[in-house]
Amino acid sequence: MTKLSQSRPAGLDTSAGASKTTGLWSRTWPLLIGLMVTISLVIASLFIGVYDLNSEGGSEMFWITRVPRTVALILSGASMAVVGLIMQLMTQNRFVEPSTTGTIEWAGLGLILTYIIVPQPSLTLRMLVAIVFSLIGTLIFFGFLQRVALKSSLVVPIVGLMLGAVVGAVSTFVALQTDMLQNLGIWFAGSFTGVTKGRYELLWIVALMTIIVYFIADRFTVAGLGQEIATSVGLNYRAVVLTGILIVAVVTGVVSVVVGSLPFLGLVVPNIVSMFRGDNLRSNLPWVMLVGIVVITLTDIIGRTVIMPFEIPVSMILGVLGATVFVYLIVKRGRRG
Amino acid sequence: MITLENVTKTYSGETTIGPIDVKIPSGGITSLVGPNGAGKSTVLTMMGRLMGADTGKITVGGLDVATSKSNDIAKKLAILRQENHFVTRLTVRQLVGFGRYPHSAGRLNVEDEQHINSSLEFLNLTALQDRYLDELSGGQRQRAYVAMVLAQDTEYVFLDEPLNNLDMSHSVQMMRQLRKAADELGRTVIMVMHDINFASRYSDHILAMNEGQVTHFDSCADTMKSSVLSEIFGTSVRIIDDVDGPLAVYF
Amino acid sequence: MANASNAAAVTTSTFVTPAHRRRWLISLVVLALAALGLTAGILTYDNPMPFGSDGFWKIAQSRITTVLVIAVVAAAHSFATVAFHTVTFNRIVTPSILGFEALYGLINTAAVFFLGAVGATATRGIASYLFQVVVMVAFATLLYSWLLSSRFTNVHTMLLVGVVIGAGLASLTTFMQRMLDPNEFDVLTARLMGNISNASTQYLPYAIPIVAVVAFWILARARRMDTLALGSSVATSLGLNHRRETIKVLIAVSILMAMTTSLVGPMTFLGFLVATLAYSIADTYSHRAILPIAFLLGFVLLTGAYFVLRHIFYAQGAVTIIVELIGGLVFLIVIMRKGRL
Repeated sequence: MTKLSQSRPAGLDTSAGASKTTGLWSRTWPLLIGLMVTISLVIASLFIGVYDLNSEGGSEMFWITRVPRTVALILSGASMAVVGLIMQLMTQNRFVEPSTTGTIEWAGLGLILTYIIVPQPSLTLRMLVAIVFSLIGTLIFFGFLQRVALKSSLVVPIVGLMLGAVVGAVSTFVALQTDMLQNLGIWFAGSFTGVTKGRYELLWIVALMTIIVYFIADRFTVAGLGQEIATSVGLNYRAVVLTGILIVAVVTGVVSVVVGSLPFLGLVVPNIVSMFRGDNLRSNLPWVMLVGIVVITLTDIIGRTVIMPFEIPVSMILGVLGATVFVYLIVKRGRRG
Repeated sequence: MITLENVTKTYSGETTIGPIDVKIPSGGITSLVGPNGAGKSTVLTMMGRLMGADTGKITVGGLDVATSKSNDIAKKLAILRQENHFVTRLTVRQLVGFGRYPHSAGRLNVEDEQHINSSLEFLNLTALQDRYLDELSGGQRQRAYVAMVLAQDTEYVFLDEPLNNLDMSHSVQMMRQLRKAADELGRTVIMVMHDINFASRYSDHILAMNEGQVTHFDSCADTMKSSVLSEIFGTSVRIIDDVDGPLAVYF
Repeated sequence: MANASNAAAVTTSTFVTPAHRRRWLISLVVLALAALGLTAGILTYDNPMPFGSDGFWKIAQSRITTVLVIAVVAAAHSFATVAFHTVTFNRIVTPSILGFEALYGLINTAAVFFLGAVGATATRGIASYLFQVVVMVAFATLLYSWLLSSRFTNVHTMLLVGVVIGAGLASLTTFMQRMLDPNEFDVLTARLMGNISNASTQYLPYAIPIVAVVAFWILARARRMDTLALGSSVATSLGLNHRRETIKVLIAVSILMAMTTSLVGPMTFLGFLVATLAYSIADTYSHRAILPIAFLLGFVLLTGAYFVLRHIFYAQGAVTIIVELIGGLVFLIVIMRKGRL
């Protein structure tokens, strides 16, 4: 992290605080504490569940369900939060993420069409279709964004949510006509219940995406300043935006196939991080990952324990909590004027 | 007469206005001047009852703006804010027609049409009356808004930075028309101004504000002094006596 | 052109030129005739009995219920959407998006969830219907009063909060639906999907007068709404109590929405579709001109779709789906072209 923040190009620093020469240690220890909190939550996640790990076959179950589930939590939490961050960087709008741009709904539409056309689609096929549809949806959203005069306005997420509603309505009708409505609901409800060995490995693609983002995040910040400024500082604007959209589509597509939709995660996490760390978006990146993992692990643990032996899908808790935080953020902004 | 008694307003947590006690006489033009963030627009907006004061009392022409019926106030004062954009497409004449709403509730009679005609004529808009607002230049649009406010036929007219986005010749034209409105139609015009020279040339009184307080309220002649202006704007201001009156120089 | 402006110089018209007025009048007449024609078509087409006989009227009577349902739905959606657009100062976000559909879904899902399939039947009674309407209107009033309180400086804040609350309620609903067994779920879906031919006609005796009264109330304050559309500053300066007027109109909107949703279920894009078309056909700010056009458009659209789908494709269940898909498509096009609300 330290190395990366030193290699940050001059003039890109958005916060006054980061230009202060603070010691290496004082910058690192909060992150270490954050890391320890995250690790302890992850360990907790490994040992919480209906199955008694001390009984016969316990260790086997541990490796078949608990470990994959926890890895899935880490990967999808961190990647969805990072995707939210880069969308916010590119659009310069705090309220943008895959579920406020229609991207998730497009992935859902792709999934349902796959099931209609191919009776028993393989996981890879579903994933590819979901990625392609996420890509289409994100491109449509960015196409709309080019026509918006004021990118920072609240109009952007309103329109994004409406776009999502249109696509969601189409999916619902298609599902209704083909008697797949309840299935659609199950896919849309993001849940880690069914994540076992052999069903989560695709998520490593998402890990790769996150690493790529880590190295080129600055370019998204510059691209967010607009085509003219980006070009004048020597950035290939189109290429950067397309790369960003592609990453968003891949992550959203893969996560929605393996886990389901995780509403508002990418919106809430970067906003929480910038609330206690200020707006230095670049050096916030490791924090965004950690908080993403913490939030999703916590909601999953809550979902697993509240009505044991049943589970509440993570997406439902995220939807309600995320909407609450979202409303709080809007109200706070509204007061400022 | 406009009176403000012990008026205060707190917003955004820290910005505080007042307490303000001031009496603005009827007739003529009074300009509100002062540095950015002094609270000029807020005070104007409160006098026009678009925003409530936290404490204190504001009366315009004898009406308490907080308690009187909104329609009664609308026959006494008209206020125009800076940002005006509508979802619906309107022509100039339709917009000016809305100025008659307090009198006719939307059913325009012969008398209303006369008011609309004279208001359009007054601002040289007769030729543009059937054009859509979004087809006009900034200056023409601003004139159309002022025409609507004049058609409302109120004793008091409040304008928030009427010269905003106007170029030099349109600014002069606008100020002459407002001066005419005060002199020939007997309107009391209160407006927020940025340019002290424009304000002093066309106003009768200057009301200066700084950090939420009224720091100065006097005739133009007594305001246009180096010492007074330097204090109001927090930068040194010289006065040059021109044939048209005193001129503030501040660079 | 010069003649037109000279003629208009005498009076201020709702329409820019006489040609505009003529176009509006022709549209109105054409739509009214189409509405009458389609009504006659639905009542008589493929009616096996000879015209005028007792049997003919029996069949026509059962069909007239459908026409009435369509009339109520068209009136509610068109008036609610246009009024909502006016007071919220935008032409994109509709009351359907602002939490109404979500709340309707939640109430119905909760009934099935907690009471089982019996609960679904229980919510069919008149008393529970009225209860449902009261809950929805109360919720909307609370929400709007809160959103319109001084805490929010602009309308976009209010709209976004409303849309997000809708999304939150929707995830609660989805969760409960997930816990239902497939039979219960089927009972629920029948309720949640908009369906003209399977409407809850037992509510019609209540819905018709309520919708009629509210629609006339809105029409009666059309001129006030013209002024409200200019935004809160201008409307206040012109003597309206903007906040009070807005809340009154929004309560009316919520009553209309509650009526239509409990009758045929949610229809997300019908209102958007008819309002958008009506604005461009009427091409004026005047609500007295826009509202009748919007209503007739909704009626013609629904009866037309019903007639075609029922008698040509034998798929009357798909009426709402088709209308919704068209509405969604128009929405996409409008958004991409305008780039603003």
